Amino acid sequence: MSGLAAGIRLAMFGRDVLILERHNAPGGLNSFYSFDGRKFDVGLHAVTNYVEKGVKGTPLGKLFRQLRIRREEFGLCPQLGSRVAFPGIDLRFTNDFEVLQSEVARQFPGQIDNFRRLVHGIDAHDPFELEGKELSAREIVSGYITDPLLQDMLFCPLMYYGSARQMDMDFGQFAIMFNSIYREGFARPFDGVRRIIRVLLTRYRELDGKRIMKCGVSKILTSKGRLSALLLDNGNTITADHVLSSIGRVETERLCQDLPPDTGHSNIGQLSFVETINILNRQPAELGWEDTIVFFNDHERFIYARSEELVDPRSGVICFPNNYAYPAERKLPEGVFRVTCLADFRAWSALPEKEYKAAKKFWHDRLAHKAMEFLKPVSQQQLDDCTIYQDMFTPRTVKKYTGHLGGAVYGAPEKSKNGHTHLKNLYLCGTDQGFLGIIGAMLSGISMANYHILSKP
Amino acid sequence: MTNKDAYRLVLEIIAEIAPDEDLSDVKPEINLRDQLDLDSMDFLDIVMELRKKYGIEVPEEDYSHLASLNSCADYLIPKFKSVSA
Repeated sequence: MSGLAAGIRLAMFGRDVLILERHNAPGGLNSFYSFDGRKFDVGLHAVTNYVEKGVKGTPLGKLFRQLRIRREEFGLCPQLGSRVAFPGIDLRFTNDFEVLQSEVARQFPGQIDNFRRLVHGIDAHDPFELEGKELSAREIVSGYITDPLLQDMLFCPLMYYGSARQMDMDFGQFAIMFNSIYREGFARPFDGVRRIIRVLLTRYRELDGKRIMKCGVSKILTSKGRLSALLLDNGNTITADHVLSSIGRVETERLCQDLPPDTGHSNIGQLSFVETINILNRQPAELGWEDTIVFFNDHERFIYARSEELVDPRSGVICFPNNYAYPAERKLPEGVFRVTCLADFRAWSALPEKEYKAAKKFWHDRLAHKAMEFLKPVSQQQLDDCTIYQDMFTPRTVKKYTGHLGGAVYGAPEKSKNGHTHLKNLYLCGTDQGFLGIIGAMLSGISMANYHILSKP
Repeated sequence: MTNKDAYRLVLEIIAEIAPDEDLSDVKPEINLRDQLDLDSMDFLDIVMELRKKYGIEVPEEDYSHLASLNSCADYLIPKFKSVSA
């Protein structure tokens, strides 16, 4: 998605652009697939950064302007309401920041002034500063919020929706996520992520951008500190003045002819996920499930780290794509109940095929059960009765379709904010540049195209 | 080319890159950023459009000359003249 956005920008100003995609579907980490006639989104739970029309100076507005896309084209529909659910305590939030503030005031009366000071602290920080250095968000936030429970509750959604670092985040990324999730909000097109990808593709085609699908880069040829050519999967070699890579930092480095093949070992992301999907024969609201997203944790502290087992079921995210305010009360044709938890890539990769299938079945049931502890009670029998289809992805699936080493959905822990690599004309965009979420991914492509290519004479 | 012509050309570009802005009452002497919601990305687009549409190059160190419509006119009119010459 960052690559498409970068391609649009460059083509808009007359550059000759070629996008190479190894997969058969566009979108990268935010792609989609069909199975048995059903359409699934891969990554998307929610488009973050949602603001109502007319709200100025926000990332969403910047995105539409930079790509010259009308906001109506994305067809974004706002969420109904989400929750952070910890043992015995809920923090509700919607696309109206007041709701979260009043929840904090009600549940943590001693912390509301600290919370407001944190918000000012975030405002004083420019999260899109490309040369800023990494700071510990845990350290900075604990300087404002002194109750560890509230710290954990605030961090939980932000980490789940984008942190590549274990237990902590860069403060710049914390600020981006805090604004995009709590102060702006969630939305979704009725048709999911494919609608957004379709708009980007149409725009790119209008500008005469070119694409080659099912053809990745197998080697980056180098000469005197520059990228000299790309060797493609199909055996062809191509040259370019500038190359933007959205495949990840270590993944890019390892393609380079002038670097050893085990480069960046310590910078491979450790965080991967499983996601279970239950397709229901009714709307989730009919079971009393009216939240859009629920971020849950039932451990004493919220642990966001590589799972020590196949799956760490202590925390996770529940998503009901049905629960958005679609226009004219349109409803998705079937109920969708998705549960995401941290999982260990190495453990999943080591499983022989038969055990892999058995583990998927075991964890599917276990996670659905776990998630239901945080929802209005529904019996296992009732869920089984209305489930008409199930699917699940594991860290192995992530690696297979995205090429991300370690199945690391959010990429490398050490980002390259300014997009520079060791080669003068090769730059990073997307996850490992470090703007997060779908809107962040597109802004990453835009910023890197602007910064490294368009603004240069 | 008059100052008014230069204002018009700049406003046409702004209308294209920021269609949600109301440009009906932009004061030439006041900084554009103080009247409109424009950020550095938008200014880059103004520069890019000047290059694309009119072949005018604005080097990065000269971006400050695009602050207001008046300063745009002062800076761009000689450039328009040399391009069309």
